[in-house]
Amino acid sequence: MREIMHRDALREAIAEEMRKDEHLFLMAYDVGKYGGEHRISGNLYEMFGDLRVKDAPISEQGIVGCCIGAAITGCRSIVEIPFMDFMPLCMDMIVNQAAKLYHMFGGQMNVPMVILTAAGGYIRAAQQHSQCFEAWVAHVPGLKTVMPSTPYDAKGLMKTAINDPNPVVFIEHKKLLPMKGEVPEEEYEIPFGQADIKREGTDATIVATSYTVHLALQAADNLQKKGISVEVVDPRTLVPLDKATILESVKKTTKLVIVHDAHVTGGFGGEIAAIVADEAFGYLDAPIKRVGAKWTPIPFPSVMEDYVLPGLDDIEAAVREVVG
Amino acid sequence: MESLKKLDKNLVSRMYEGMLKIRHFEETQSRVFRAGEQEGFTHVYLGEEAIAVGACLNLNPDDFITSTHRGHGHMIAKGGDFKKMMGELYGRTTGSCLGRSGSLHIADRSIGMLGANGIVGDGNPIAVGAGYSILLRGTKQVVVSFFGDGATNQGTFHESLNMAASFNLPVIFVIENNGLSCGTITASVCKVLENLGDRSVAYGIPGENIDGMDVVEVYQTVEKAVDRARAGQGPTLVNCKTFRHHGHFEGDIDIRDEADINEALSHDAIKEFEERMLKECLITQQKIDEEHKRIQQLVDEAVEFARNSPLPKPEDAMKFVYAE
Ligand SMILES: Cc1ncc(C[n+]2csc(CCOP(=O)(O)OP(=O)(O)O)c2C)c(N)n1
Repeated sequence: MREIMHRDALREAIAEEMRKDEHLFLMAYDVGKYGGEHRISGNLYEMFGDLRVKDAPISEQGIVGCCIGAAITGCRSIVEIPFMDFMPLCMDMIVNQAAKLYHMFGGQMNVPMVILTAAGGYIRAAQQHSQCFEAWVAHVPGLKTVMPSTPYDAKGLMKTAINDPNPVVFIEHKKLLPMKGEVPEEEYEIPFGQADIKREGTDATIVATSYTVHLALQAADNLQKKGISVEVVDPRTLVPLDKATILESVKKTTKLVIVHDAHVTGGFGGEIAAIVADEAFGYLDAPIKRVGAKWTPIPFPSVMEDYVLPGLDDIEAAVREVVG
Repeated sequence: MESLKKLDKNLVSRMYEGMLKIRHFEETQSRVFRAGEQEGFTHVYLGEEAIAVGACLNLNPDDFITSTHRGHGHMIAKGGDFKKMMGELYGRTTGSCLGRSGSLHIADRSIGMLGANGIVGDGNPIAVGAGYSILLRGTKQVVVSFFGDGATNQGTFHESLNMAASFNLPVIFVIENNGLSCGTITASVCKVLENLGDRSVAYGIPGENIDGMDVVEVYQTVEKAVDRARAGQGPTLVNCKTFRHHGHFEGDIDIRDEADINEALSHDAIKEFEERMLKECLITQQKIDEEHKRIQQLVDEAVEFARNSPLPKPEDAMKFVYAE
């Protein structure tokens, strides 16, 4: 099968859907001729023109608000917030408007839109360009939260996101965007709320999201050589969350390590840990371990960033600890 | 002041009726709310009737408006149904939002009323989006965004006017300049309060500073703006100077001097319109009295209707979180 990058898989998904719906548009600064800050929009501007691939001023509230207004009056849209660190600027629009209108207005207006963003560190981008805020987003009813880890998942989930009648926060990762993976030529969608077991194993379960899925897989390889068999579960969407697959895996392996590059404190890993403690406590043979960023902003130089963010050593140590 | 005789007779009576509807609805709302018949809090539009009515008389049923926390007047002017409105204010299932959002988020998509809004300034980006959707769908609709002088100091004001101007959108921004931002006199935090319409210069669009107590002046100013918008000539900013009868919300303290309030109350938009009509022999005192009575009766019926409407089921709170 052909291999393409995350960013290309996303662009394909967007282009396929834009061809089907002339009222679907993409709006953000730099998405036009420039091709997007992460080169996701690429040649979409040439394909669909200025009105549907719209360069906007650097006005995050304005852009998100605009797409909400368009959503309740008959259009669909994809907004790009190139770095998730900029999302706090439009968090009000996302939380107080996009997530609320359908509920507030008793179903009179729904808000179909995708807020595409790139989170995460490991690229030496320093304190204001390295953050993961998925836990903020996943805390708000009315929003859906998507975090793919492969180009295949990215494309299928993006198509589902575009066709979802609700606001979807689609969280890419800066490390993933240039990463290649197999993507079939034909169209497909991946439903929300279906975790993917990225690797089967018997001794411990790692639930990992986004880029850290790849770290978890590498750690699992390394541990295999030492005779420890690790299962890696990628939820793919945090809201809705496929609890069943996670619980099933934990019931099988009886040990759980959760990995993300967001901060451990208040991170979504805590939610997963709580669910497992609540619904599968009796199956656990060891305490649940969480691996994530240390409690400090993400610094610039590699010596510091690698210390703060979870690495292979941290993941392997956590697994060895639960396996005992 | 222009002679009312120059205007279409039907238009004059619609101006009058529209203002009376808001006046009676809001006086009643104030009374029943203060009597403890409703929960939560409520902001009434008393005194500012000429703005919503003058502006909305230029709109078609399929045109859009966005609104504020003080939204009843806007909804009535756009053709809102008294019963659905009172039902909503009483939190009953017969309300336009099924009683789930009350005064603060009153909305009716079927008449293009895209919602009152609890977040000061958030209506503007949504109006921009409705405007963008009009562009994309290629219709001749327009959007009127109502907001207070307080909201002009939000970033969303700047972002929205800049976007609407740059994208040449059919949006009319209407400032209801009552000089109050809740408990702060806006003049103490805004140097250009009097002529806020001049801010349009910063965005390269036309701006007007008008007497918001004169329904004819509002009507004619917004008429020009709507004509421009429908002709593809972009947005306009209209600053309507007005006076609000009550404090910020019902039951709130009023920070204005009593003498100033009394002086302002002597220039009531509706009373002066009645005097104009009488002077020009367009109406008789008897007809005026009848109109007041007729409309009050409609409001009373709506109140009775709301009082007798069922409360929502508690578990219906779980509905409308996600659209299917
Ligand atoms: C973002 C935000 N900040 C503050 C408030 C609290 N608040 C509600 S209305 C209001 C004053 C708004 O003044 P203005 O926009 O002039 O409208 P008016 O009440 O005079 O009609 C304030 C501060 C809010 N609801 N939203």
